[in-house]
Amino acid sequence: MLSRPLFRFVRDDRRINFMRGRHMGLIVSAVLSIASVILFFQPGLKLGLDFRGGIIVEAQTPGPADFGKLRAALDHAGIHPDAVQAFGSPRDVRISINAPEGADREAQTQKLVDGVKSAISAAEPGTQVLRADAVGASVSTELFRDGLLALGFSLAMILIYIWIRFEREFAISAVVTLVLDLTKTVGFLAITRFEFDLVMVAALLTILGYSTNDKVVVYDRIRENLRKYRTMPLRELLDLSINETLNRTLGTSMTVFLAALPLALFGGSTLTGFATVMLFGIVVGTSSSIFIAAPLLLLMGEKRLRKEAVAD
Amino acid sequence: MMYYSRLRLLGVAGICLIGVLLCLPNFLRSPAPSLPWRQIHLGLDLRGGSYLLLQLDLKSLEHDRLQSLQDQARQTLLDRSLGYRDFARDDATASLSFMPRSDAERDAALKAMQSLPPVVPNEFTTSEKDGRIVLTLQHEAMLARAREAVAQSIEIVRRRIDATGAIDPSIAREGDDRIVVELPGVSDPERIKSLLGTTARLTFRLLAPNPSVASPGSTMLEDESVHTQVAVQDHVDVDGTDLTNAGAVIDQQSGGWAVTFQLNSAGARAFANVTRANVGKRFAIVLDNKVIEAPNIINPITAGNGQITGGFNARSASDLALLLRAGALPAPLSVVEQRTIGPSLGAASIHAGIISLLTGLLLVIVFMVLFYGRFGLYADIALFANLILMVAILSLFQATLTLPGMAGMLLTLGMAVDANILINERIREEVKRGRGPLQALQAGFDRATGTIIDSNATAFLAHVMLFVFGTGPVRNFALTITIGIVTTLFTTLLLSRLLVVRWYALARPKELPV
Repeated sequence: MLSRPLFRFVRDDRRINFMRGRHMGLIVSAVLSIASVILFFQPGLKLGLDFRGGIIVEAQTPGPADFGKLRAALDHAGIHPDAVQAFGSPRDVRISINAPEGADREAQTQKLVDGVKSAISAAEPGTQVLRADAVGASVSTELFRDGLLALGFSLAMILIYIWIRFEREFAISAVVTLVLDLTKTVGFLAITRFEFDLVMVAALLTILGYSTNDKVVVYDRIRENLRKYRTMPLRELLDLSINETLNRTLGTSMTVFLAALPLALFGGSTLTGFATVMLFGIVVGTSSSIFIAAPLLLLMGEKRLRKEAVAD
Repeated sequence: MMYYSRLRLLGVAGICLIGVLLCLPNFLRSPAPSLPWRQIHLGLDLRGGSYLLLQLDLKSLEHDRLQSLQDQARQTLLDRSLGYRDFARDDATASLSFMPRSDAERDAALKAMQSLPPVVPNEFTTSEKDGRIVLTLQHEAMLARAREAVAQSIEIVRRRIDATGAIDPSIAREGDDRIVVELPGVSDPERIKSLLGTTARLTFRLLAPNPSVASPGSTMLEDESVHTQVAVQDHVDVDGTDLTNAGAVIDQQSGGWAVTFQLNSAGARAFANVTRANVGKRFAIVLDNKVIEAPNIINPITAGNGQITGGFNARSASDLALLLRAGALPAPLSVVEQRTIGPSLGAASIHAGIISLLTGLLLVIVFMVLFYGRFGLYADIALFANLILMVAILSLFQATLTLPGMAGMLLTLGMAVDANILINERIREEVKRGRGPLQALQAGFDRATGTIIDSNATAFLAHVMLFVFGTGPVRNFALTITIGIVTTLFTTLLLSRLLVVRWYALARPKELPV
């Protein structure tokens, strides 16, 4: 039973002419990315607690939650929440409050969280606090800055590494492709209204790392073929390289997809958003390896790649 | 390189065995406390508990230092009989300034200021502006002071938290002026927050001659026992640093709660001197700029012990005693971030994490067997070893595992098989090209290795950056992936290759199952 693989994504001798669709691929990708940039500004990302500051208290009431009663209790305590909503089961309540304004806002934020907790446990005795987070305004600004810094440095390291290991054309095409991938993922975040927080930054970076990994493998094969078939037209050579690595590209995407899928399904509130964005990123990253990264090389021009491959 | 030396074989097997042994403590109880029993710590999001980020009040530190610098400066000018007028303190610019009595004394006054001993190097600068002499605290030096103050505060915070009976707390510095406190199992951190939010600087000072109005050298403070403002002298007669012990007791006379304290010999002497010289006057007990009570001195107190009765209940009396025993903070701390996870949510997260991890692992294992047959099975064995080694390394460093960390492990497992896929695809290509089994294996492994290292190096770099610049949940995620990349290289380049080579040596197949 173990002697042969039971299935393959594509037959080994299959030669799909990917380059024929290159203009289409680039246009579709550019349109999606531009749309994503527009979505980034309008309506914009929904910032999570980490980045906007404020309070979230999640609690479980003993019976089905009576929202009117809870709202009244909070109102009575002088607390005006921005949202009192259900999540998960009918017993679960989430109360969120934006960071207060004013000079004393740091202390206010911390006081509010205690106020919310005591108000709801007085209104519904036996209420269990599942989670109570309060992030001050100064901390959230720092967290946001650190998150973007991490993203920027990672992108820079990837660029430098590919530049050193490959030629300039490869590095530029890779980074252009990655930026296209990243913008689409940001657009996805804007549409789905998943909260953008620290964990999401980690998701973006993982997508970035994964997508790079995919491109490196295809580029590696292109570089090898450039040396092997010195007279083959570049267009044909790119098609050959993509086809040769196609089973690997799809196979690896499949395993990462399968690994992330359970997280999206059973990961709980913290990880569902993270894993869903990962799944989206895997699909985008895989398709861009095939339809964007190699066609960009073709645009860079055959002559330059050939010359460097020969000189190498 | 299709031959594995015995040494290499034993090496790979040995590492796997060590990995298994290092994993074991996570599932067993320590047989003896003396054994080096290293386990993975579960993060607060998994076991439930509270996370507090405390910020040292740098402004207050500056304010206090300006005040003491002002006292020093006045004393020095007095000692050198140099006159001054209009001595001003400006907290906004962190500076002091005064006008020398005459132009002739300006140089001497400036010299006197330059001779003041700094607490840390380059603490302040002295300059002249519009005829005034200006002393300005330097931001860099204040940060150095803040670092020192944070180190002291950590000690005091630890003592206060230990006294509450919290189990296994972790207290660490973050940056220049912050402290992270993690309290596993504490789902209601209000008491600890209020304990940490109190500076607990206890001072004993005389009231001003006319306690109803502020006069130079005194400040109006709130008297909590009667809720009025009283003028208390700025001069501190006895300071809480001289305290050796404090305890909560029931007052014999009133029957209410009180806090007793014991002073060391220096404090007792000072206390005796003040009370002897001021019998009949009122002596204020001041805690963090609030007067707890201001009783009349009836008799000189010479034994160095006393009692504070300020309308306490059992909780507030024992908390104050606890704070006094633990010592005062060098500057106020305020909570700027708080995260609390209830125990039920933590348990649910562990459950979700483990279910996801196992399901993901199973899906990948099945996929690999379907896609690559026998070699897929070998990849699965390597994958399993990978998981064990990751847990082993995390245990070895007694690292903390959080929910994002578990996600990192799962993603590592998804990506780890990439290396096996690369190798298998290569071998398959070589077979299609008409090479014999041995040559195909050889060429497949050799050619795939370069690609594997390239693709893992980029991921490694990206996640190291994430670890260095990330905070909180992101760091743990990056840590597990970084460790995972290292174990992946070992399990694919050495272990799964070894399995294939051993199989080939034993079975000598005519064709490869690719």
